[in-house]
Amino acid sequence: MAAVATCGTGAGSTGSVVAAGSKNHVTSFQRRGPRASGSDSSYSRLVSIAGTRPSVRNGQLLVSTGLPALDQLLGGGLAVGTVLLIEEDKYNIYSSLLFKYFLAEGIINGHTLLVASAKEDPADILQELPAPLLDDNFKKDFDEEACNHKTAESNIKMKIAWRYQLLPKMEAGPVSSSRFGHYYDASKKMPQELIEASKWHGFFFPEKSSSTLNIEPCSLTHGYIKLLQFIQNIIYEEGFDGSNPQKKQKNILRIGIQNLGSPLWGDDICCTENGNSHSLTKFLYVLRGLLRTSLSACMITMPTHLIQNKAIISRVTNLSDTVVGLESFIGSERETNPLYKDYHGLIHIRQIPRLNNLIYDVSDVKDLAFKLKRKLFTIEFLHTNTDRVNTEKTFITSDFRVIHVF
Amino acid sequence: VTKGKLTLLCDANTDGSFLVHHFLSFYLKANCKVCFVALIQSFSHYNIVGQKLGVSLTVARECGQLVFLEGLKSSVDVFFRAQAEPHPLQFLREANAENLQPLYEFVREALKPVDDGEAAWRCPVLLVDDLSVLLSLGMGAVAVLDFIHYCRATVCWERKGNIVALVHDSGDTEDEENNILLNGLSHQSHLILRAEGLATGFCRDVHGQLRILWRTPSQPTTQRDQSLTYQYKIQDKSVSFFAKGMSPAVL
Repeated sequence: MAAVATCGTGAGSTGSVVAAGSKNHVTSFQRRGPRASGSDSSYSRLVSIAGTRPSVRNGQLLVSTGLPALDQLLGGGLAVGTVLLIEEDKYNIYSSLLFKYFLAEGIINGHTLLVASAKEDPADILQELPAPLLDDNFKKDFDEEACNHKTAESNIKMKIAWRYQLLPKMEAGPVSSSRFGHYYDASKKMPQELIEASKWHGFFFPEKSSSTLNIEPCSLTHGYIKLLQFIQNIIYEEGFDGSNPQKKQKNILRIGIQNLGSPLWGDDICCTENGNSHSLTKFLYVLRGLLRTSLSACMITMPTHLIQNKAIISRVTNLSDTVVGLESFIGSERETNPLYKDYHGLIHIRQIPRLNNLIYDVSDVKDLAFKLKRKLFTIEFLHTNTDRVNTEKTFITSDFRVIHVF
Repeated sequence: VTKGKLTLLCDANTDGSFLVHHFLSFYLKANCKVCFVALIQSFSHYNIVGQKLGVSLTVARECGQLVFLEGLKSSVDVFFRAQAEPHPLQFLREANAENLQPLYEFVREALKPVDDGEAAWRCPVLLVDDLSVLLSLGMGAVAVLDFIHYCRATVCWERKGNIVALVHDSGDTEDEENNILLNGLSHQSHLILRAEGLATGFCRDVHGQLRILWRTPSQPTTQRDQSLTYQYKIQDKSVSFFAKGMSPAVL
């Protein structure tokens, strides 16, 4: 897939030049100290929250998803106040990994975590978080694994304000001076002292399901009502919504909700086609209302492949801000397809929000694949491997269809 | 500014919100009194985009030209705290809300003609972004159609104002309620603006296609409805339109 050279101007005072590069260059410039256009003095306060940065396009405050490659695809990161919906892969292997990266990023940045699950105890989830990669350890392993990648350190010292290139390869190595977005080693666990030093709240549905409801019965299922109340309580008590002047919070609340919509939450949309069709969508709407009025960001993983009523999936998509779908090759016919042999699955960016703007950052390349290497989860542009041996065979079947086999 | 019209905005496979922003800034600049039922995004989002298009929503709200119902924020209030008076989004608390009457009352109150003779606005306008969300929140298509019907009676017929509403077209996903809503509204509308994604998929220079259809719902259709199709590209502060195949990128 060829990279295209274009010229474009960014919003406001930033200019960006996008140039083509050859396959061997991995250079990406990190813009230091970005100033958003139209920002007021309150942004200087907001920027000082650890682990956040303003988006260069619209000044929106962003947090990292825990995967710098995904941040890049989403236009810099996940905007505070929005929902990132991950459509789970079939066996919930990679989506739970993304979930853990999201939480690990929160711990590293000192954000407060709110972990909600109906399947695993949040304390157990936190024990399984991947360990952060420190730059010097990482570089040695990284150089072994892929010798045609270059780290981006040397480019940071350049004076060019901001420049990124449309390339077939994504930024795959750590940028040494970045405080935004970290790399994680999937084979090691997060050190215990970091977990204990972090502030987190857990919502484990089987534990909470017995307490009584103090809200009028509406069409939400019991689990969702309790979860909403829990989230709202934390936001209010800890001052994330800015309503309490004494508890002025200067931190982000990272909310992670696992397997939303699965039968474990008491919702039946995965079991039957005529299930409670409004419970999940109402939940998402009120959740988004809570997020928009507080300093929080939320990642939800949802087994959309199990939802029987397709209309609900499209409604859920419309009600979420960013939607990313994961499709793993395990057990599917694509596993043996030589085009996909280097990868573990595909990533589909289904929706990116246009916040405060008519336009949005969208990558030109729509074919993205991911792979879980020994330690790293990487996302790459799917491109035809031209140095593959071309052993094309043609068959004609009995009903005169022509089949090509690569 | 034509009066007494219902305009339906519709998007299929793409995001039609730029049309909402356009109409909002258009009517505010035309000095109309606008009631905006904004269910899908926050006030500051519309405000920031509005500033790029040349209107300030904050100023309009302060001087009474704009009545803004911020759905996301109000939903939190109405969901977690029992309200003393009927709230326009009251159906969120109820298990089987029958109709959208509180919302209609809100709209009627907002677009009430002011009697003191000051600053007469040109005509009342109701703008809804978007109606499909109401289906997701538990209302049936019939309830939403009734709501629009009542609003039409008050806003369009009684007060000679306009209504602009956005409905998503879910395409081939079997969202029957949404299809009922869309079809029902299409028959009542005077103008339908339909933003569609290109059939060939994503393109950087042409973001989609806009189909404009003029209708006369009150008269039997002896004459053919006029329709036009343009392709468009959304830019930072505007949208550029061009005839099909005439994108500057291609020529």
